Parts: sequence; structure tokens; C-alpha cells
Amino acid sequence: MAEIKVPIGPQHPALEEPELFLLTVDGEEIVDAEARIGYNHRGMEKSAEFRSYMQVLYLYERICGICSHTHTSCFVLATEEIAGLEVPKRGKAIRTLVGELERIHSHLLWLGIAGHEIGFDTLWMYSWRDRELVMDILEEICGNRVNYGINTIGGVRRDIPVEKIDDYLKAIDILEERSGYYAKVAFEEGTLAARLSGVHVLTKEKAIELCTCGPTGRASGVATDIRFEEPYFIYDEIPFDLITWESGDLFGRVVVRVLELIESCKIARYVLQNMPDGPYRLEKVPKKIPAGEAVGRYEGPRGEDIHYVRANGTECPDRAKVRAPTYQNIPAVVETLKGSYIADAPIAIASMDPCFSCTDRMAVVRDIRSGKESRMRVRDLSKLAKEGK
Amino acid sequence: MLQSLVNWARVKSPWLVHVNTGACNGCDIEVLAALMPRFDVERFGILLQGTPRHADVLVCSGPVTRQVKDRVVRVYEQTPAPKFVVAVGTCACNGGVFRGNYNVLGGIDAAIPVDAYIPGCAASPPAIIDGVVKLLLKLQGKAG
Repeated sequence: MAEIKVPIGPQHPALEEPELFLLTVDGEEIVDAEARIGYNHRGMEKSAEFRSYMQVLYLYERICGICSHTHTSCFVLATEEIAGLEVPKRGKAIRTLVGELERIHSHLLWLGIAGHEIGFDTLWMYSWRDRELVMDILEEICGNRVNYGINTIGGVRRDIPVEKIDDYLKAIDILEERSGYYAKVAFEEGTLAARLSGVHVLTKEKAIELCTCGPTGRASGVATDIRFEEPYFIYDEIPFDLITWESGDLFGRVVVRVLELIESCKIARYVLQNMPDGPYRLEKVPKKIPAGEAVGRYEGPRGEDIHYVRANGTECPDRAKVRAPTYQNIPAVVETLKGSYIADAPIAIASMDPCFSCTDRMAVVRDIRSGKESRMRVRDLSKLAKEGK
Repeated sequence: MLQSLVNWARVKSPWLVHVNTGACNGCDIEVLAALMPRFDVERFGILLQGTPRHADVLVCSGPVTRQVKDRVVRVYEQTPAPKFVVAVGTCACNGGVFRGNYNVLGGIDAAIPVDAYIPGCAASPPAIIDGVVKLLLKLQGKAG
């Protein structure tokens, strides 16, 4: 029998973003899987080279709407290291707070999408309803629901309203209670465990071999978390636990994220209760960053985010490279897809919390009807960039 | 008579399909948030569909990238007429912050005709609801 190929994407209800997973199936079983990415490539790294550091901050906020604070934090970490700037402690605390609130919103969002993928729409509605609480806090602190724009080089752009801290603490209490409820659902509700346990098992050895990061790796027992390995901001003062789960299956990924929700609530509460006094940003920040290079590492909701920044003494960065966590996790998902069933494919892809807008590095334009493929080579890219199209 | 019945049916149950053409996800999660309990556009009969073949309204977000352009045109062709396109977010309106990048062609109207533009980065759920209601008014024949 001729092999049958089932494309998932680029426009597919299971994927929010335009990406293509090409599955070769034999009956119900997937024998081969291939990920084709690049639909979302917008050429941001190139355009960052023509912008000043502040403009790059604005641009990199829009790498990804879900983890926008991740990318700006990572970029300012690298830039401040080159420039030798020491951010005031209150600024660091506000960055930490927004980062944890972002993690709560992202994990709740993921929980809902995962519920939707397995036909558990009640969970979807519940978790997205609770997510509005954290969106309200973010909107009050930052002025925007998505793309917060709170980071600036040398601190944060706004102070948090002191008189509102009690309201935020109350909202975080509710969120923690709801997160506990989701943990209870995960452990006690039989259908969720029955649907997800033992599906798409990624062993610890395989997870390390394929360099998984973030919750995907932690669900396989790989204790990797930049907040522990290389504490940034004020994480070295905050008591919290590193969540890992040994099972490595999809159920483990749900459990890790739900337990991380509770940890994030604790961190956010700790930061709000122990908010240091003082200025929240540096008075003077140089426009021109001295020549040098640095790497910023940040634990985003999806895993380790890396930004490499090279400065050449002008107002614009020479190079600002992004390595997003989803990029790291795609090989693991493609690996576990092989040998599994096609009905599990949507939740398997969703289980790594894919965020392809962070990921796409290159575009391949293919004429579907003639099958002709045109790859963008480096010289084509530089030619296009010079023409300014 | 029949036409008014058809119009009534269309206005009362516009079904959406959500097309991401290279957005940063910000508008996408806001489109979904608009469908969720807090904002709940389902009270206007609006339902999210899985396939363009069942949809009346294409909700597009993000600038059109080179690689995704053919797919967007295909999705548009697969949607049965009468069809309407809503561009959600500043990038979808004109390319936004990505305008001028080598891999970005521009807003949604670089690929397919657009009926309603909803600006904002990211377009907030109230703005999306406002845009959709204006589109519904346009459908009714009242100038929106």
C-alpha cells in the first residue's frame, strides 16, 4: 500500500499558528513525522540591526505575544551586561513580578488549549476565565493586556501602584486556589489521567539527548531551570521549588505546568510582599552601547530563552540573535510522534506549548501546484535586505 | 422576502475561522479571549469553526509573510461566498512594526480583500467585539 501523508497545518484548528507537521501514517499509526516551520518568519533579527536599542526592545516585544516579557527581559539582560549597567532593586523586583504573572497567564492559556485538544472544553473555559484575573493585573501594572512594554534598558518604565498591592494579593490568592483546584482535577479526575497517561513517553535519556528544555524537559525528570542554574533579577532571594515529574508522558507535562502555576503564585506573592524601596529605573542610560558581546538567559514559560547581543559602539546592535525554547523542543515532539497514533497528534504537538512565532528562522517558499521550491539563501536575504523590500 | 430571511440568518450566526498569517500570537490569544466567558461573543451567535469551508468570516491576524501567502489565498478560496475578512491588529492592517522586513509583504490586504480593520497592538477583546459588531451592521445593510 502506498504510504499516506497527513498534513497537520498550516491552517489547522489544533494549531494556533501556521506550521506544518507532515505525518506519514500506516492505518492509525504514525510511522514518520516531519516538522516544516517557517510560515511565521518575519525577518526580525535582520531588521533589529537597523534600529536603536530602545526600538529593538519594542520590536522584540513582538516576537511573541504570549511570552513577550521573556524576550525583552532576555534582551535587556544581555544589553545591560555589555553596558555594565546595574538595575535598581525595585526595577528587578517589578521585572520578576511581571515575569511570574506572565508565566501564570501562559500556563493557564496552555492548560485551556490542552483541554480543548483532548475534548475537555470545560477546562478550557474555566482556565481562560481565571486567566482574565491575571490579565487584569498585568493591564493595571503595564497598561496593556498583551505586549506589556514594561522593560526598558536600565529598569522598568512604570512603578507599580502601591495602593493596589492588596487587590493584587487577593487576586493571586484566588488564582492559587484555582490552581490547586486544577491540580486536584489532574490527580483525581480519572478521564484526564486515562487520556494522557502513558501517551507519548519521552524518557529522561532521550530528553537529555534531544536537549529539551522547560516544562517539556522537566516532565521527563530533567531538572533544568535557569531560575535555579543562573539566577537573574531577584530569583536568588526567593524561596521556591523546582518542579519535576518522572513519568515523561503527556500527563506529566500537565502536572508540571499545574504545579508550576502554584509556585508562580507563591513567587508573585513573595515579590509583592517584599517589594524593595527606591528608584525603579536608572536616571541616565547611554544611548550608545560600548562594543562587546553578551548572552542573556531567561527561563520563559516554555523553557530557556537565549539572546545573543553583539554591540559595536553605535546606537544599533550589530547582531541580536534569538534562540526560543520551542525551537529546542520540536525534535523531541517529532521523535515521540513516531510510533504513536494519529488521534494523539494534536495534543502531542500542543504538549510542548508550541510558539512558532518565536521559532521561525528561515522561510521556504514552495509553489504547491508545481512543487517547485525556492529557498532563501543568505545572499538572497542580504540582497533583499539591501533593496529594503 | 427570501433575501431578508437569508440576511437575518447570516447576521444572527456568523461563523468564524481564525487564520494566523504570521502574527506574534498576541492578537490570536485576544481573539480567543473574546470567545471566552468574560467577553463571550457567542451571545451574538458567533462560533469558532475548525475549517474555512464552514465559515463566513475569516479572522486574520498578523502580517502576511512570503511563505504563508499562498496558503492564505487558498484558505480564502475555500471559504464559501458570501465571505468577509476581518484584519485583527495593526500588523494585519498594514504590516505594523514588521513593515519593510524582507519576508513581510504587508497587511492582510496584500493577499486578500479585507472588509473590516481592527487596529491595536494587540487588539483588545472589546475592540475586536466592536469591529465584529460593525461588520454585522454592515451585513444588515446599515452603514457601519
